[in-house]
Amino acid sequence: MPRLLPRRKRDTAAELPKLAPAGPPPEPENFLEVRDLTVHFPTDDGLVRSVDGVNFALQRGRTLGIVGESGSGKSVTSLAVMGLHGGTSARIGGEIWLDGKELVRSTAEEVRLMRGRRMAMIFQDPMSSMHPFYTVGHQIIEAYQVHNEVSAKQARAHAIDLLGRVGIPRPDRRVDDYPHQFSGGMRQRAMIAMALSCDPELLIADEPTTALDVTVQAQILDLIRDLQAEFNSAVVMITHDLGVVAELADDVLVMYAGRAVEHGPARTLFEQPRHPYTWGLLGSLTRLDRARQERLMPIKGSPPSLISLPSGCAFRTRCPYADRNDGREKTEVPQLLEIEPGHRTACHLDPGERERIWTEDIRPRL
Amino acid sequence: MTEGARAGDDVNVAQAGEPEAASRREPGDVLVRVRGLRKHFPIRSGMTRRRAGTVKAVDGLDFDIREGETLGLVGESGCGKSTTGRMVMRLLEPSEGTIEFGGRDLTRLSRGQLRPLRRDFQMIFQDPQSSLNPRHTVGTIVGLPFRLQKVTPEGGVKKAVQELLELVGLSPEHYNRYPHEFSGGQRQRIGIARALALRPKLVVADEPVSALDVSIQAQVVNLLDDLQSEFGLTYLIIAHDLSVVRHTSDRVAVMYLGKIVEIADREDLYSSPKHPYTVALMSAVPVPDPARRESRDRILLKGDVPSPMDPPPACRFHTRCWKAQDICKTQEPPLAELTTRHQVACHFPENMPTEDGAGEAVLLAKPAPADAVAAGEGAEAVAETSAEAPAETSADGAAEPVAESSTDSPAETPAAASPKAPDEAPGKDTPPTPAP
Amino acid sequence: MIFYLLRRLAGAVVLLLIVTMAVFAIFFLIPRLGGATSDQLAARYVGKSPTPAAIEQVKHSLGLDKSVPVQYGRFVKGIVAGKDYDTGVRKVHCAPPCLGFSFRNNLEVWPRLQDRIPVTLSLAAGAAVIWLLAGVSIGVISALKRGSLWDRFSMGFALAGVSLPPFFTGLVALALFSYQWPIFKGVHYVPFLDNPASWAWNLVLPWLTLAFLYAALYARLTRAGMLETMSEDYIRTARAKGLRERDVIVKHGLRAALTPILTIFGMDVGLLLGGAILTEQVYSLNGVGKFAVEAIGQQDLPEVLGVTMIAAIFVILANLVVDLLYAVVDPRVRT
Repeated sequence: MPRLLPRRKRDTAAELPKLAPAGPPPEPENFLEVRDLTVHFPTDDGLVRSVDGVNFALQRGRTLGIVGESGSGKSVTSLAVMGLHGGTSARIGGEIWLDGKELVRSTAEEVRLMRGRRMAMIFQDPMSSMHPFYTVGHQIIEAYQVHNEVSAKQARAHAIDLLGRVGIPRPDRRVDDYPHQFSGGMRQRAMIAMALSCDPELLIADEPTTALDVTVQAQILDLIRDLQAEFNSAVVMITHDLGVVAELADDVLVMYAGRAVEHGPARTLFEQPRHPYTWGLLGSLTRLDRARQERLMPIKGSPPSLISLPSGCAFRTRCPYADRNDGREKTEVPQLLEIEPGHRTACHLDPGERERIWTEDIRPRL
Repeated sequence: MTEGARAGDDVNVAQAGEPEAASRREPGDVLVRVRGLRKHFPIRSGMTRRRAGTVKAVDGLDFDIREGETLGLVGESGCGKSTTGRMVMRLLEPSEGTIEFGGRDLTRLSRGQLRPLRRDFQMIFQDPQSSLNPRHTVGTIVGLPFRLQKVTPEGGVKKAVQELLELVGLSPEHYNRYPHEFSGGQRQRIGIARALALRPKLVVADEPVSALDVSIQAQVVNLLDDLQSEFGLTYLIIAHDLSVVRHTSDRVAVMYLGKIVEIADREDLYSSPKHPYTVALMSAVPVPDPARRESRDRILLKGDVPSPMDPPPACRFHTRCWKAQDICKTQEPPLAELTTRHQVACHFPENMPTEDGAGEAVLLAKPAPADAVAAGEGAEAVAETSAEAPAETSADGAAEPVAESSTDSPAETPAAASPKAPDEAPGKDTPPTPAP
Repeated sequence: MIFYLLRRLAGAVVLLLIVTMAVFAIFFLIPRLGGATSDQLAARYVGKSPTPAAIEQVKHSLGLDKSVPVQYGRFVKGIVAGKDYDTGVRKVHCAPPCLGFSFRNNLEVWPRLQDRIPVTLSLAAGAAVIWLLAGVSIGVISALKRGSLWDRFSMGFALAGVSLPPFFTGLVALALFSYQWPIFKGVHYVPFLDNPASWAWNLVLPWLTLAFLYAALYARLTRAGMLETMSEDYIRTARAKGLRERDVIVKHGLRAALTPILTIFGMDVGLLLGGAILTEQVYSLNGVGKFAVEAIGQQDLPEVLGVTMIAAIFVILANLVVDLLYAVVDPRVRT
C-alpha cells in the first residue's frame, strides 16, 4: 500500500514525496478510476480507517451506485474523489485518475481547478448545503464565474437558463430568491443547477433524494437521468436506498466498514447477489413490488466501530455463515475477487456454497 | 461502545407467543375514535403581527383505531400526519374535534385529569438521539415513567427496567450506561422500552425507523411486531415510507394537505389504490429491482405540494391531479366508502370494480351535494361507466401524467403464492441453517 | 422589509418609553415606596444649602407635591418640550431635551452632558474599530489554524485581555508609553474638529487600553463562530464549486460567522457610549462615564438621572441599528 499523504491547504508538489509513484494511467475509456483508495483519520482514540482499499472504474455516460450504511465509507470516498478532505486531518492514499490525470498526487490548486468544472457534487440536504445569506442565483453565478471569464450579465443569463433546465418555473424571477424561499425539491433542483453550471463530466450525487418526499424524489431521479443522457456524464450515486440504486445505476458497489464487499452490474447484484451482507440488505427491505413478508430478515447487531474493526473479515460478527470458514474469517481479510466476469465479491465462503445458500435459503424468503 | 456482540437482533418474546397467523387476530372494539379533528396554526405578519393567515395543518379528520390493530398514517412532509399524532397524544391541543380514548374524550380533560390516563398511551419518536436525555442513564430514562406515574412495579423499578431492556433486545447490564454509548438502533430500542414501561394500550410511533440504517430498520420493525403480539398493543404508526407502513399496518390512511384522502385495509389499499394521489405516491416509490426499471409505469406529479396556508379549494389535490375536472375545483369530494371498508375522497377514483369485472375502467362520479352523500352511498352514486377515461383531457394542464398507471398493482406478484414456511421459524432471526 | 423596519422602529420607541418609566420609577417612585416624604425627596435634589424655602421650591419645581402620574407626565414633558425651573435665585428655562436641572451646580444637565458625549464617542468609536479588526482577524486565523502555535498564543492573549481590567492595563500603558518612554505625553482630549491629528494621537493609548479588553473577547467569539460555520454543509458546497479558499473563508465562512458577533458588537458599543468609566478615569478624559462617576460622588441626583437616560437611549439606538443591519446581512429575518 502506498504511503499516506497528509494533505494541507498549501501542499505543493515538492511536499508530496512520501507517496509512492502512481501506477500506469488507466485505459482511456475509464473516465474515473479509483485504485486502492484509502482515507484514514488519526484521532485521539486511534486511526479511523474510513476507507480502506477501494477500487472502481467508471465510464462516461454510465452510473455507478455506491451502497452502504452509515459509516461504510461511501461518502468519504466521494469526498476524496472531489478533493474535499483538504484542511482536515485525513490521510489519503491510493490513486484517483480522472480523465488520465492522477488527483491524489496533484496540488490542491490543480484539484480545485477541476472541482466544479470537470467534476461536481450534489449533497444530501439542500437546505443546509446552500448558503442562507446569498440568493440562489448568486450561488450559481459564483460557481460559473470561478471557472469561466464571463461578464456578470452573461453569468446571470446562464444561471436563469440552468434554473429553467432543471425545471424551476419562472426562473427569471426565482433567480433572485433566497434558498429559504424555495421548497425542498426546488432547492435540490437549484443545487443540481449549480453543479451543472460548468457542464461537468463527472457528477457525484451523495444521497441526493434522502431528504425529499417520494414524489419529489421521483422527479429528481428523473431529472438526473435526463441530464445524464443529455450531457453523457459519468454519475456516481451514493445512497443507502437500494430502490434508488435499482432505478439509476448500471453498476453497483456495496461497501461495508470502509471496504467494498460486492461489485458488479446492477441486475446481477440484485438477482444473484453473492455476499451475505448484500443478502442482509435485501432481507431488511420492506418493498412494494413483492407480496408482504410476515417477517423481515434483518442483519443482526450494528455496524462495527471503524477504530476497532473485527480482525479478518469485518462482517464476521454479523454474518450468519462466518463459522463455516475454519477460522479464516478471523485471520484473513477477504479480497475482492472476481467470481464471474464483472462480478466481484469479498467473502471467504466458497462461491458454489454461496450460490446454493442464495437460491435455496435466501431468495425464496425475500 | 457495545456494538455487535450483544445488541440483540430480534427479541425472544415471540417464542412464547402463539404462531404468527393467530397473532393477526380480529381487531376488537374501537380504542381511539377521532372525529372532526382540526389543528390550525395562526400566521402573524405585518406591523402589528396581526393574524394574516392560517396554516390548516390538520383539517377535519375522522378515523377509528381498533384495539390490537395497527393504523398506518402516510403522507408527504407537511401533510399533517405528525401533527395528528401529537394531537392524539395530546402533546398538542386540537383546534377542534374530539379524540375519544376508551370512550373518554381526551380533548375535554384538563392536564391534571389527563395525567393518570397518560400511562395508557405512549409515544416513540423519530430521532432516538434527541429524544433521550444525554445526562441520564438508561436506567433513569426507562424508569422515568414509573416515577412520573408513581407506580411501583413488583420487585422494584430497577428489576422492571432490566426486564424491559431484555424485552427490547438490550442487556440488563446496560442499566447504568448513557445514551451516547449506544448505536442509533439501540437508542431506538431504549425509546421503545421507555414507551412500554407502563404497559400502555396505545403506542403512537412517529417515524420510528426513518432515522435508522436499513438493516437496523428491519430489526426495529420486527421488534415492534413482536411486542404487539406479546402485549396486544394498538399502534398508530406515522411514516412517510409507504413500504414500511405496508409492512407494519393493518389499516392505512393516506393524508394530503391536512386531510385523509383514502383509508382502507392494508391489502385492499396496496392492491387497488383508488385515490389518484395514492396511486401516484405508490408509483413513485423506487423499486429495488433493476429488471423492472424500464417496464415500470410511473406517474410523475408535477410541482410541489401547495402551501397549507392557502390550500386549493374543493379537492385539494386537483392542482396536481391528471384526472381533475371542473367539479374537482368547486366541490369537495367527501370521504366515502366506495367498496367494503375502503373510504376514498375522490370524484374520479381509480381501480373501481365494474359490473363485467373488466380491468381498467374509470368511473365518473355523479356530483352529489356534499351534504347529501352519506357514507356508503358514494358507491351507488357512480353508476355510469364512462368509456373514455377523462384522464388525458385535463383542462388546466396544471398536472400531467407522465405515464398512465395500469391497474395491475405493483403489490401482488406471483411470489405471493410461494410458500412462506421459513417465516414460521422461531423468533430469533438468525437465518436458518440449512440442513448440512 | 418595510414592515420589519417600521416594527423595529416602533419597538424602539416603546422601549424608550419603558426606559423613561423605569428611570422615573427608580428615582421618584421607589424612594417614595420606601417611605420618603416629598420633603425628603426634594432635599436630595436641592444641593448644598437645603433651606426649607429651597426645598419647598424644588418640591414645587419637580412637582413632588403632585400625584405620581402627574409627576411622570411632567418628567416626560420636560424631555420633549422643555421645562421651567425656579431655583429661588433665578428662573431658568431648561430647553428640550430637558433631562433635569442640577440645583447643586445651578446648571441644566443636558448642556453639560453635551460637552461630554463627543469625548466618549471618540473613545468608543476608535476603540471599536480597533477591537473589531484585531479581534476578528485574530479569531479567524486561530480558527483556521486550530491547535497551532499561533492559536495557542492568541488564545492566551485573549485570556489575558479578558481577565485584566482597564485600570490595570491603562496604568501600565501610561507608565510605559507616557512616562518611561514619553511617546504619548500628557494624554488629554482635543476636539476632532480642532485638530484631527492631535485628536487621534492623544486617544491612541485610551483606544488601545479599551480595545485590548474587547479584542480579546471578540477573538474568542470569532474563533468559536468560525469553527462552527466552517464545518457547515454550505462551506463544503462552496469548496465543491471550486472557489478559491480565500473566497470560501471570507465570503461564505466569515460572513455567516460575523452575523451573531454583530449583535454583540452593537450592544457593546451602545453600552460604552453610556460611559467607558474605567478608561475615562484612568486617562482623565472628561467623558460621559467620568461625568456619571462625579455625579454619583456628589450625590447630584438630577445629573445621575440625566446620564442614566442618555446611557439607556444609546443602548436602544445601538440595538436598533443592529436590528437594521441584521436585516441587511441575513435575508431570513426580513419577513
